Amino acid sequence: MESILVLAHPEADGSLQRSAFEAVGAGAALSKSLGASLAIGLFGADTGPSASAVSAAGAERILAVASPELAVPRAAPDAVAIAAILKATGATLVIAPGTSRMLRALPAVAARLGARIDTKIFAIAAEGGKVGIQRPFYRQRMSAELSRTARPWILVLDPGAFAPVSLAAGSAKAESVPVEIPDACRRTRHEGYEAPPAGAETLRPDAELLLVAGAGWTKKQSNGQVRLKDAESLILDFLAKAKASLGSSKSLVDQGVDGHGALSFLTHLHQVGQTGATPRHAKGLATCCHGEEPHTVGWRFIRERRAVNLDANCGWAQGKADVLYVADAFEVLGKLNAVLKTT
Amino acid sequence: MAAGFHIVVCGSLVPDPLQPLEPVAGSGGIPALKNESMLPSILDPWAAISLYEAARLAKAVPGSKVFLASLGPKAKLQQLMMTVAQKAPFEFVAVDGPAGGFFDAAETAAALGDAIGAIPGLDRSRLLLFGGCASAGRDAGVTLGMIGERLGIPDQFLAVDVVEALPDGTLRIRERVEGGRYLVSILPAPPAVLAWSTGRNPEPPNSPQIGMANMRGILSALQKAKSAKIGAGDAAFGKVEVPSLRRQTRIVRNTPSDTIAKELADWIRGEGK
Repeated sequence: MESILVLAHPEADGSLQRSAFEAVGAGAALSKSLGASLAIGLFGADTGPSASAVSAAGAERILAVASPELAVPRAAPDAVAIAAILKATGATLVIAPGTSRMLRALPAVAARLGARIDTKIFAIAAEGGKVGIQRPFYRQRMSAELSRTARPWILVLDPGAFAPVSLAAGSAKAESVPVEIPDACRRTRHEGYEAPPAGAETLRPDAELLLVAGAGWTKKQSNGQVRLKDAESLILDFLAKAKASLGSSKSLVDQGVDGHGALSFLTHLHQVGQTGATPRHAKGLATCCHGEEPHTVGWRFIRERRAVNLDANCGWAQGKADVLYVADAFEVLGKLNAVLKTT
Repeated sequence: MAAGFHIVVCGSLVPDPLQPLEPVAGSGGIPALKNESMLPSILDPWAAISLYEAARLAKAVPGSKVFLASLGPKAKLQQLMMTVAQKAPFEFVAVDGPAGGFFDAAETAAALGDAIGAIPGLDRSRLLLFGGCASAGRDAGVTLGMIGERLGIPDQFLAVDVVEALPDGTLRIRERVEGGRYLVSILPAPPAVLAWSTGRNPEPPNSPQIGMANMRGILSALQKAKSAKIGAGDAAFGKVEVPSLRRQTRIVRNTPSDTIAKELADWIRGEGK
């Protein structure tokens, strides 16, 4: 008989991220399918509000490791806390959201406890008491179904791939799991977070729309001139008006790094594709992109896709986008910004 | 730091991303790629970045040394090294075994961990274990963390873009976290595991001189490479498929930009077709 543990960690403000509710929902559904027990394990500086937030999830147990040492993400103390929760529950299946904090600590936990681990999971099924998952291989270029016999098995879910469970507000006190974090696990010192200056954020993971800017923005235009400043202002104006997030092709990001003319606000954080991110947004608009397979991987998880560029055979668009507008992106974005301004 | 770092980079070969991939049934129930042995290979992109960053850090901190530990079919590793060797000075550590994406992460970590632990003269108190934040094969992002755990390294960093060696011997590390932010941490001293993202530096140019200097050690390492028996662990694979990416693209030509803008605005607002 399987026993399921869902892991989650509160954010700095004590709240749980959406991905935590996705994991709780997936764990509860799997528990129902298998007739398995369900526990929820929390770790952080203060787990009280999180325990209450998941109190209506139907878990038999809610366990927590609360310590000031867990106030910020650090692999070593996090791994100690997670391992303690896992041992305390004796869970055979562990479900965790694929947050950076989990992904940093869980591989070490798996190796420490002799557990198996799979990440980026986008589907879980239970048939005849057997659990199967689906996850990507080769940078999302193929996907596979697999199951495992070894336990514990840690299943790390791809954020956005599962529906978050909606839970009524409740109140619960978690069982405290005693943990001593050794000195050797306290070496890393948290210095802080670095975020883009206020108002200059161009990465918005929760945005409905992703604008992908390609290297065409920095090429000579029909007047024979490079219009870098115009491109910057059009893109930033669009991002502000459409409340969109920005992605970029590798070639454009590399131009900036190599010291060639590029959009000043672009960093490698914006890169999507084979060596970049594969963000999940409801809609994507690709502009001036001319990549092939490795780059189109970057918008695999974008549901509705449109593209604007001058090449009707563009690899970003043909067969990948729902609509391709063969047009000058400078003109279109300028007009689009004007339309968005009036509404 | 007076003594410098011993930086071990874990990275192996993956199919060139420009090659189309097609899954086929492999031996022992482990999926494989069609014509896998014939596919041109490159050094795993994120691991390659970590190798270049290791070389930069080693250059900045005197007394440092870089090792590249790779698990893959010996013949393909030799082919790969013809290009990789020209990028950065390193000592090669080869393990002969399968490099495919469907082979087990824990078994791969065990083989690489043993090989790294057996590097002659490796000072674990100066060890920085580098690699990519996920491979372009297995694509799980777990192997490096497991190797670190096997080597007894609790301090691990994921999706690293920047490492600075500070004058007091500490390291300032910036990791990517949610929301386009960096988590900034100070590590007092090695050992540590650093799984790299894209970094902030361009790929170094080829240097035939560095290539020549590396090649002798590489050939010797390939000759001495131990074989590792690696399978799929306890995983039983079902259907493996290339996701259907083909869409019916409606191509709009010869349309005024005003009309396109209006259509796009409607679509963005959820009113378009």
